[in-house]
Amino acid sequence: MKGSLLSMATATVSPRYQVLPGPEGLLPPSACAMGVELPQDGEGLVEGVIVSEDKAFKAAARALLTRRNPTLFPGPLVVWGWNKHTEEKASMVLEIAAEIPGVKIIPMPDYRPIYPKIDPEAVINPCHPNLTIWHNKIEACIFVGVHCHFANVTLKMVRAGTNCYTIALCAEAGHEDAMASVPRCGTEKLHKMVEALRQVKKEGLTPWALTADGKRELAAEREQKKKQREAIAASAPQFAHELVAGLDENEE
Amino acid sequence: MAEGLQTEVKTNPQGDVITATEAPKAKEKENKAAKQRVVTPEYLFFEAPRTKTFITGSEAAKEAIRRANVDIAISYPITPQSETMQQVGYLYAEGYLKDYYRGEEEYGVMSAVAGASRAGVRALTATAGPGLMRGMEVITSWPGGRMPLLLLVVCRVINAPLAIQPDNVELSYLLNSGVIVFHAENQQDFYDFPLKAYMISEKCEVTLPVAVAVDGFFVTHARGWVELPPDDIKLPPRECYHEAVPMMDNENPPARLSRDAPIQKSNFISYQMHASWQQEIWAAQDRARPWIKKYMGGLIEVVNPGAETMIVASGSAVSQSREAVRQAGEKGDTIGLVKIRSLRPFPTQELIEACRHAKRIIVPEFNCVGWMAKEVRSALFGQTKAEIVPGPRVFGGMSMPTELILEYLYKTPNEARMTTKPLTV
Repeated sequence: MKGSLLSMATATVSPRYQVLPGPEGLLPPSACAMGVELPQDGEGLVEGVIVSEDKAFKAAARALLTRRNPTLFPGPLVVWGWNKHTEEKASMVLEIAAEIPGVKIIPMPDYRPIYPKIDPEAVINPCHPNLTIWHNKIEACIFVGVHCHFANVTLKMVRAGTNCYTIALCAEAGHEDAMASVPRCGTEKLHKMVEALRQVKKEGLTPWALTADGKRELAAEREQKKKQREAIAASAPQFAHELVAGLDENEE
Repeated sequence: MAEGLQTEVKTNPQGDVITATEAPKAKEKENKAAKQRVVTPEYLFFEAPRTKTFITGSEAAKEAIRRANVDIAISYPITPQSETMQQVGYLYAEGYLKDYYRGEEEYGVMSAVAGASRAGVRALTATAGPGLMRGMEVITSWPGGRMPLLLLVVCRVINAPLAIQPDNVELSYLLNSGVIVFHAENQQDFYDFPLKAYMISEKCEVTLPVAVAVDGFFVTHARGWVELPPDDIKLPPRECYHEAVPMMDNENPPARLSRDAPIQKSNFISYQMHASWQQEIWAAQDRARPWIKKYMGGLIEVVNPGAETMIVASGSAVSQSREAVRQAGEKGDTIGLVKIRSLRPFPTQELIEACRHAKRIIVPEFNCVGWMAKEVRSALFGQTKAEIVPGPRVFGGMSMPTELILEYLYKTPNEARMTTKPLTV
C-alpha cells in the first residue's frame, strides 16, 4: 500500500518539462504532450515556460546573437507575395536579418519532398530539416511564415536531432516545441524582434559573427564555398542541358 | 430541384407528415436564409436569448446546422442517421447550405467531404454503425491531413447478427483515429455540440476533424426539450487561411490532392517525419482542451462532487444515470455522476480530480466491450484506491433500466460482477 501511495505522489508531482536545444534523442515526446501550453497574445514561450512577450523576444535575440551560424527560415507565407500584408511582413523579416551579423537566409518555399536530394545551402525542407541544420552548422534559427502544422513537425525533428536553438515567430497561436516562440506575430511584433536585437547589442553583447571564432569560421566557409563554385563551374558543361533548361515537373 | 422538394409534402407509410413544421413558401425560406446575420460564437453560445422547444435529436441537429454557416453536406443514408441528414437536406432546400448531395457509399462520402475540407469550406457529414466502419480508412486519414470538418455519428449496432438498434460499440474504433470525439447525452447536446465542434475544429492550433456522437434512436428519434437561440443568426464562416495547413489551391491547376504534402506517399518521407507528424496530431488534440473548456464548459460535468460512490458515463448512459442518482437521492443516498463530454481528448486529469474521494466507481455503458470502463481504468490507474466496477452494460438495442444501475450501486462488486457474468465474454 505504501508503495502505491508513493507512486501516486510521483505521478502527480512530475517536474516541469523543459524545451531545450537537443539533440534530445531518437524520438522525444511533443512538448504539448508533456504539458507545455501555448501562450496568449502578449505572452511568449521560452523553453516551455510562458513569459511576457518582451522576455521572449529578448531570449530569442540573445540566442540569435550568441550562437553559431544564426539563420532565418522563411516559409511560404512570407517567401511568396500573396498580398500586400505578406510583402510588408517579408520586408520586416529582412529588417530582422539586417540586425544579425553573419546571418543566413535559407527559405522553406513549400512542403513537398525534394528529390533526389536537397541543396542544404539553398533550402530547408520539412521532410528532413536536419540535413540543412547539420550541413550549415546552424545553432540558432527563426522559423517565420511556415504553416503551423509543418512548423510543428519540423521543430520536433530539429529538437530531436540537433543542438539548434529554435525560435518560432508565429502569425497564429505559437509553438510549444520551439525554444522561444511568440504568437500573433504581425508586422508590429516582428518590429519588436528588430528592437530586441538592437537593445541586446546596445547592452554590450558582441554578436557571434564579430567574435574571433565567428570571424574565423565564416572566413573558412567563404573560402570553401568559393572552391565549390569553381568546381561546379568547371564540371557544369558536361550536364549543361538539364542544368540550363531545368526539369519540367509537369512534362508528360 | 429545391422548388420541387419544398412543394411536396412527404409522409411516412402511416401517413404522418415527416417534416416537423409546415413548409414555408420557397421564396420566403430562401430569404430567411439569406437574411441570417453572422454573430460571434460567444454570442450564439452564451448570450443570445433562447426559446424552449420540444423536438427530436435529428431536428436538434438540423437546428444546429441551420446556425452553423455550413457550406456543404455530403452523406450516404444509413439508419438511424438517415433521419438526421434528411433534416439537413431540408436546410439545403431552404437555402441554408450551398451544396448537398448523396455520395455513392461511405468510402466515397468520407473522401468527398475530405476534398471539401481541403478546399477550405465548412463541411458536414454523418453516418452510423456499419457506415462508420466502411468509411473508417478515409476517416483515419482526416486528422493527418489536418482537415477541420464535422462528422455526426449516430450510433447503432455494427456486428452480426445485423441490427439497426442502438449500441455504441463503434465509438471504440473511432477513439484511436486522431479525430476529436464528443459524446452527446441528449437532444440539447446534439444541438449544442455540433456548433461548438466547428469552432474548436477550425482553431489554427487544432485544425482537426471533430466527431459528435449520439446514441441512435434514444436521442435522434425521441423528443426532448431543447433551448434554441433565434434562427436569424449564425456562426462566422470558416477562415481557411488561418489554419495549420495551406488549402488546396483549386484556382491554380494542377490542384495537388495531397495538398503539397507527402501525406499519401510515405515512401517519400523519413520515418522520423512520419513519427513527428503523428505526434503532432495528438498534440493538436491536446490543444483543443482549452477551447473545449471555453465553449463546452469543460471536458466533463460533475454531479454531487465528493460522493463516495461515483458513476462515470457518456452519451445516453448519462441520462439513465441521472435518473438513478435522483432515485438514490430519494432514499437519502448521495451518488456522484461524471458525465464525459469529450472522449478524445480524454479528460484524464479531470477524472482523477473528480474521483479523488470515491470508494466505488461504476461505469454503465451501451456496448458489449466496455470501452469506457477500460478508458476509466486506464486514466485512474495508480491514482485511486476505489473499486472500479465495469458495468452495468446493455447492448444490441436493449435499453438500460435505471433499476439496473441502482442494482450495481447497492450490490457489492462481486454481486455486481455476478450480474454481468452472462453478458460479458
